[in-house]
Amino acid sequence: MDRIDVLKTYKLFIGGAFPRTESGRYEAVRDKKGNLIANICLASRKDFRNAVVVARKAQEGWNKTTQLLKGQVLYRIAEMLESRKVQFVDELVRQGLSKKAAEKEVELSVDRLVYYAGWSDKFQQVFSSVNPVNSSHFNFSVLEPMGLVAVIAPENDSLLGLVSILAPAIVGGNAVVLLASETKPLCSISFAEVLNTSDVPAGVVNILTGKTSELIPQMASHMDINAIVYCGNNENQMKKINELASENVKRVVFFKKQNWDHPTDESPYFIEKLQEVKTTWHPVKI
Amino acid sequence: MEDTTKNIPFMAGWKYASAPEATDHIQIKPSYNLFINGQFVAPKNKVYFETIDPSSEEILAKVGMADKEDVDLAVAAAKNAFKVWSKIKPRERGKYIFRIARLIQERAREFAVIESMNGGKPIRESRDIDVPLAANHFFYYAGWSDKLTYAFPNRNPVPLGVVGQIIPWNFPLLMAAWKIAPALATGNTVVLKPAETTPLTALKLAELIQESGLPKGVVNIITGDGSTGAEIVHHPDVAKIAFTGSTAVGKFIKKATADTNKKLSLELGGKGANIIFEDAALDQAVEGIVNAIFFNQGHVCCAGSRLFVQESVADKVIQKLKDRMSTLIVGNPLDKNTDIGAINSKKQLETINKYIALGKKEGARIYQSECKLPSKGNWCAPTLFLDVSQSHKIVQDEIFGPVLTIQTFRTISEVIEKANNTPYGLSAGVWTQNGAKIFHMTQKLNAGVVWANTFNKFDAASPFGGYKESGFGREGGLHGLKPYLKFE
Repeated sequence: MDRIDVLKTYKLFIGGAFPRTESGRYEAVRDKKGNLIANICLASRKDFRNAVVVARKAQEGWNKTTQLLKGQVLYRIAEMLESRKVQFVDELVRQGLSKKAAEKEVELSVDRLVYYAGWSDKFQQVFSSVNPVNSSHFNFSVLEPMGLVAVIAPENDSLLGLVSILAPAIVGGNAVVLLASETKPLCSISFAEVLNTSDVPAGVVNILTGKTSELIPQMASHMDINAIVYCGNNENQMKKINELASENVKRVVFFKKQNWDHPTDESPYFIEKLQEVKTTWHPVKI
Repeated sequence: MEDTTKNIPFMAGWKYASAPEATDHIQIKPSYNLFINGQFVAPKNKVYFETIDPSSEEILAKVGMADKEDVDLAVAAAKNAFKVWSKIKPRERGKYIFRIARLIQERAREFAVIESMNGGKPIRESRDIDVPLAANHFFYYAGWSDKLTYAFPNRNPVPLGVVGQIIPWNFPLLMAAWKIAPALATGNTVVLKPAETTPLTALKLAELIQESGLPKGVVNIITGDGSTGAEIVHHPDVAKIAFTGSTAVGKFIKKATADTNKKLSLELGGKGANIIFEDAALDQAVEGIVNAIFFNQGHVCCAGSRLFVQESVADKVIQKLKDRMSTLIVGNPLDKNTDIGAINSKKQLETINKYIALGKKEGARIYQSECKLPSKGNWCAPTLFLDVSQSHKIVQDEIFGPVLTIQTFRTISEVIEKANNTPYGLSAGVWTQNGAKIFHMTQKLNAGVVWANTFNKFDAASPFGGYKESGFGREGGLHGLKPYLKFE
């Protein structure tokens, strides 16, 4: 052997940095044969809270950027992902996909980012309205981001699912704290590296790896989270989320579907799901 | 009285003679049953409760107290009717709803008088705002019935089924319209429960719906208290709950439906910020302040109950406000001169008085206009609290009465931070003659409805609803259709 491989340490992605979990805990991820692929950080509730603090600070600035800029940032993410295609295919294969399926997933992920990049400065025109009220007022309704969104990412389609949730959330001006697929976490942290080289402002996207069951209560009950997206179909977890989310009337979005590779898995309605409607009145008579 | 007002330039030099609205044409039955499956039927347990006029404490009628059995019957009727209603051609569905709108317009005055008698609000408001808006709401949504695919491009909107609707006592008929009209237009059937203290206009609406020929069971209206509402929330055949009321009950409903697939829309409490900049048209702003907090006795979820005045004009604005308050007439809701009517219930008056006492205890400076209050009934003089800070309970909690807290500010960023520093996010107001400042503010305020140089305006075509703990889902406008549809 001429040289040995340099293995990657998979860490969390919080505030544009890659810290280890403050808890020091880890979990081994192994391939089908039982070989160690990586030691993944088991993020703690404290890691989640730290991420919320930086995400809240980042959201206002991100929302303030123009929609054209958001579109260009999303397109940049697509470019970066495309250029690292080999790496992602390799990771997906190590996590059990066939090479063909892995290639398809990465390609779809890139295309989905491009798709939502294109929506950045258009979805508002589809969903906003000028309302013809029965008085002399100019009245209009626009979408505004819900703010800070906690995401429990899809378990399957660990890259495509993550991208399918993340892209519509951030193109709409939200900041995200995302918990990656528990059983297939590798791509999520590599995707964080893509984000980190794509002009996504620090803190807009934060990615944790860890135990879903352990972090759900914290994610659903945190008083500074505006919305929670849960991808999965565990009835108990959904009930728990609904109950805890009621404390600050968090918006709750469930996606029970397993796969994200269908053409209907992308639409501006995924952006709209994480938007509020604001209506503004002003007199027009002088 | 004379001493405090004689220096006010716009004070009328005369006293207003009383101008009561006639009530001889009003038909209120001594007792009302539940409206289930197109018929008025007695509650199974034969229990009735009295509903009163809060301004005189006179008993107006007895209404049925629906319990679980009655809720079961109403939901079963609605479930059965859904088979028919969801299949009716959308255009015909719309025509039924247009018809309801027309019938309300024809009987508008009767509805307005009963609304003021049962709820305590001034006839000027029920006549000019509540009832016309209710009719308009039906008229607006009637037209959507056969046009839903245009509202949701590339999707196939379908109705949910039976929707349970629970409404508050502050706008009894209008809230019924806000709930029923979009539900029907989208092809759902309805079980609606009016508030405990204000059932009469909803029951009159039930009579009107019966006369309209709407297929039986499409709308069921059952009266009762919180336990009736809870039965609707828990009913397994109810596909959706639409609730307007307190944030505490809204959270309870969210919890209670946690392990179901019930769709929810919640329109909850508020603590709206009303912000006056030094470059505002101050006289208009003062009118806006009055309308923001004293409209409907302050029983308004989107009331502008937190006033922020820029420091440089604070003394001037507060003096103008006090002057204007001294002209407000508090009294008989049926008098056309009345500005502020009766507090809706003893219980609500106790809540308001508790907060007024708390405000004093917290060290805030109270000001109440010197108006004569009737000896009988539930009344509260228009109230201001000065020298308050963000930490005061009266600044944080929704009081739901004619009580305004006043804070001052120096900079834009300061007032934005203070205005948004609340768990609520229903409404906000901003007053300035500077266009860029208006748009800057309306973008920054975390609220579902923002009024610029106006306040407390409502319209069937205008989406209404909250951010944060003020709830989710919109009522009114195109956006108000979505909570009543699923997409295939």
